[in-house]
Amino acid sequence: MLEIKNLYVKAGNHEILKGVHLKVNAGEVHSIMGPNGSGKSTLAQVLAGRETYEVTRGEVLYEGKNLLEMAPEERACEGVFMAFQYPVEIPGVSSAQFLKAALNAIRRARGLEELDAMEFLALVKQKFKVLGVDEKLLHRSVNEGFSGGEKKRNEIFQMALLEPRLCILDETDSGLDIDALKIVASGVNGLRSPGRAILVITHYQRLLNYIIPDYVHVLVEGRIVRSGGKELALELEEKGYALIEGGAGAAAPGRR
Amino acid sequence: MVAVTPATDRYLENFDRFARVAADSGQEWLRPVRQAAIARFAELGFPTIRDEDWRFTNVAPIAQASFARANGSRTELSPRDIDQFAVPGLVGPQLVFVNGRYAPRLSSPGSLSDGATVSSLAQAFTDARTVLEPHLARYADYARDGFTALNTAFMEDGGFVYVPRGRVIEAPIRLLYVSTETADPIVTHPRNVIVLEEDSQAVIVEEYVALGAEVYFSNVVTEVVVGQNSVLSHYLIERDSEQAFNVSTLRVQQGRSSNVASHTVLLGGALVRNNVHPVMAGEGSECLINGLFMATGRQHMDNFMRVEHASPHCDSRQFYNGILDGRSHGVFSGRIIVHKDAQKTDAKQTNKNLLLSEEAQIDSKPQLEIYADDVKCTHGATIGQMDEGAIFYLRSRGIAEDAARALLLFGFANESLERMKVGPIRKYLEALVTQWLPQGKLVEES
Repeated sequence: MLEIKNLYVKAGNHEILKGVHLKVNAGEVHSIMGPNGSGKSTLAQVLAGRETYEVTRGEVLYEGKNLLEMAPEERACEGVFMAFQYPVEIPGVSSAQFLKAALNAIRRARGLEELDAMEFLALVKQKFKVLGVDEKLLHRSVNEGFSGGEKKRNEIFQMALLEPRLCILDETDSGLDIDALKIVASGVNGLRSPGRAILVITHYQRLLNYIIPDYVHVLVEGRIVRSGGKELALELEEKGYALIEGGAGAAAPGRR
Repeated sequence: MVAVTPATDRYLENFDRFARVAADSGQEWLRPVRQAAIARFAELGFPTIRDEDWRFTNVAPIAQASFARANGSRTELSPRDIDQFAVPGLVGPQLVFVNGRYAPRLSSPGSLSDGATVSSLAQAFTDARTVLEPHLARYADYARDGFTALNTAFMEDGGFVYVPRGRVIEAPIRLLYVSTETADPIVTHPRNVIVLEEDSQAVIVEEYVALGAEVYFSNVVTEVVVGQNSVLSHYLIERDSEQAFNVSTLRVQQGRSSNVASHTVLLGGALVRNNVHPVMAGEGSECLINGLFMATGRQHMDNFMRVEHASPHCDSRQFYNGILDGRSHGVFSGRIIVHKDAQKTDAKQTNKNLLLSEEAQIDSKPQLEIYADDVKCTHGATIGQMDEGAIFYLRSRGIAEDAARALLLFGFANESLERMKVGPIRKYLEALVTQWLPQGKLVEES
């Protein structure tokens, strides 16, 4: 589904990603772990299409197509979704208005009928129930005045509503207490399916107790220095990133 | 008398004729105040940019233009002509004024029981002198401001609303001012007087619209008296023609524990000055001052707030959002005056501005004058472009870039509209704002 080949990315004059390789198949859950500043969030943002980063080398194929050539909205319409580390507040735009605009844009791209206000409401309410989201959210401005946990839960809710094929979670666990973490994790687990791939980007192993990954990759200084199964996350938890960084030279370059 | 500039001469000449006619029409009792006001106008003249309160707004185009007085010959309009200004879903008394004069055939004042009155001011001059006299020209200070002096000298019509003690009028009362094409550019001096006695409640909607693209000058003064424990919402919707001049002053006198909301939306006009001046005279009163101004082309919109805390324990909240496109110029001056005895004042002011073009301009000026020592006053202003992070967020959810920009702009304007409680008015304004926005139809479609 997703194939990243030798990806180099710069922000300004600063090179952040230095030759990332990664292959993710449909139905798989991959986790990318790494210390602060290793380039995890950059990778997520580049996949979603943030224009403040410059790709200097390499390519990203999504379902065989060149992802890097697509505008952010085209990627979303093709089924790419990133849950933001810092969801943006949009005062004056109600969640209902925002979600309906997003859902219908994506439905148009998929050749489906747009939903009218009634159909939209019915669908949203059904999804709200699954995630235990309060319906009042619809009338509130997007993310405005939300707590950290509410914002993250709202990201997962959007993901459930838009039904992407490639889900990227950018540090969705950071700042969450254990209750919020469990809710978010169960939302994500509910989305696991043979046709969908999930990329979980995190600093901590804790989230991976609830979202069990098929593969774990360690990103250090812009390169994937080790890849393995879910037990790699536990090893990291135990030994810390320092040890891995020390052994970076010996690690496989991220190919599976 | 101080030297009179030619710009003011015409008004002085007109006044003599006006005063003679007015004296014959049963408005004799108004003569002293009109005389005093015109004398003061002769001294003050029009303000210039050397005047601190007018630093950013040059009114020379008004002062130098030759405006005729709207004469008695009424322009005949049919109800169909003003259909386009109907507010869907809005039920309540409506007074329509055509070129400044009350148009009974277009109006539906309704019949309010229990001594409440909604009528033209011209009629109230004759019928409601006892209610008017203690308030008229007592609050809007013609000694200080040339435009108010001019209005006071020439006032002859407008809206009059009287709500007796204990009475709640739920249906909004709308005062609709329609300007039509005239042989020569005209000046009108609409004067609205709103009196709420103790424990009462009302909603007033004042709106200025035009049938064409004509040049005219509306010089408006609205005096509002809100009695003890009363609740008033006032809406000012300014949609003048693109060549029009509009100077308006809303002067609110607040009694003890009263609650006032002033909502303003400026969309039209070539040169607009919006003065909002509440005085919280009674202890424990509250005031919300909420505004949105949207300018494009060469429009000039100046918002001048003067919020006076004259008693202890009063709260004021100011929120003004501006969107400026083209070569437009916006001004926000927010003065908060806390009198010596107004302890425990809580005053807050926020002015946010979006500049959509390189040539658009905004001057934002907070000003605090605090003479009490136990007060909480905060102010903040922002001037910026659209938030690229927010645009990316919307695009990452599948929304095309132009639609994302339109949605964000709408949201910025809608922050102001969300504070308005009358549903039909809010919806009406949402539609007007959406029409105004470049790519606004993308908001409708989403």
